[in-house]
Amino acid sequence: MWLSPQEWQAVALSARVALCATLVCLPTGIGVAWLLARRRFPGKFLLDALIQMPMVLPPVVPGYLLLLLFGTQGPIGGWLKAHFGIVIAFTWQGAALASATMAFPLMVQPVRLALRMIDGRLEQAASTLGAPPWRVFLTVTLPLATPGIIAGAVLCFTRSLGEFGATMAFVGNIPGVTRTLPLAIYSYTHVPGGDAAAMRLAVLSILLALVALLTSHLITRRAERLLGYRNHAEP
Amino acid sequence: MLNLDLAIRRGNFELLARAEIGAGVTGIFGPSGCGKSTLLALIAGLLRPERGYIRFANEALVDTAQALFVPAWRRHMGLVFQDGQLFPHLSVHSNLRYGYRALRPSERRLAFETVTELLELTALLERRPAQLSGGERQRVALGRALLYSPRLLLLDEPLASLDQRLKEQILPFLKRIKEETRIPMIFVTHAQAEVDYLADQVIPMTPGRLGADPAPQG
Repeated sequence: MWLSPQEWQAVALSARVALCATLVCLPTGIGVAWLLARRRFPGKFLLDALIQMPMVLPPVVPGYLLLLLFGTQGPIGGWLKAHFGIVIAFTWQGAALASATMAFPLMVQPVRLALRMIDGRLEQAASTLGAPPWRVFLTVTLPLATPGIIAGAVLCFTRSLGEFGATMAFVGNIPGVTRTLPLAIYSYTHVPGGDAAAMRLAVLSILLALVALLTSHLITRRAERLLGYRNHAEP
Repeated sequence: MLNLDLAIRRGNFELLARAEIGAGVTGIFGPSGCGKSTLLALIAGLLRPERGYIRFANEALVDTAQALFVPAWRRHMGLVFQDGQLFPHLSVHSNLRYGYRALRPSERRLAFETVTELLELTALLERRPAQLSGGERQRVALGRALLYSPRLLLLDEPLASLDQRLKEQILPFLKRIKEETRIPMIFVTHAQAEVDYLADQVIPMTPGRLGADPAPQG
């Protein structure tokens, strides 16, 4: 292939980080979206604001806060290291955590909208057929929210592929450990003769983004057709 | 069989209901907006009354005096909505089996084939709700509720969204269900003709009132 081993390393690392971040965000994002869409509780506005925060802050700020919390001197990082010997800062797992934090609101928002669009009477119909709440959630709510969940997962994955600021602040830019695709591009533009490599990775980023958007489009269309949201004759 | 005496307020609307409903088909007949759907939702367990009680065959389903409320999924009553409310992501077959498959075999009072034949659904099983006509959808909704073998079948204007031709198609099905299954039914409608055709007992409803005014509480 036309990528050098170091470039491949960055691509593979990015894919792994983005995949892990998405896997973390999926169940937690669905849970939080459900809370925000369906429940009323004190402090709901604060939870909502906290989740949206990474979208409006400069990304280095959450990255820096993660470092304060999860660094080996931080309250959570120190505890993890003392009790389990786990170190997150300056590792690829840390990069996944940074990506997950930044991409979380993009997971929550579409799922929340999808949950709000569901006709509550369908869930009532399920409960009058003897389905306990958990069965209603698994067999009616979740399947009907599928288009939103797919959209959220794709946004979460692509946002994670592109994560830069928080990753840099939290886990640095260590080749082979935390140097993801965007960090690699950034690094190549700073070394003499790195332009060609930077361009190759930039083109690859564009291709990945296109593939992700196309995949999401196709899956969403299929899901909408199965759910009957879309007429068969429609293009 | 079913005894109720309750009150509920929703915004500006207040419903006071007191009735004793026997087996067979009971028609609750009244103008649109008089609270018929609210009444069925209360019996099904989808709404909680502000005060009062509902008892079915000597079992208390709601009693605000004892802070007792049995949720809908534990009441074992079928509810057919005005517009069917079929699950759009499931085939007709899976819709029909939704309540049925969670029942123990001993609780199943009707066989799957009996219901699909009774309601002439056999040819539709592989379709999705979006591919059904209004009348077909309503028949599937009826079949889905019947297959759940409910102790009481609640019908919320199941014909209101259909044109005259379809109404005349579905009414005989309802009559067959009544005669062949003997499941007690409460049938809510604003059409006198439907009540005359089906019901053994008719309870008129006026806006916000069913039966005599409940006695003052406390």
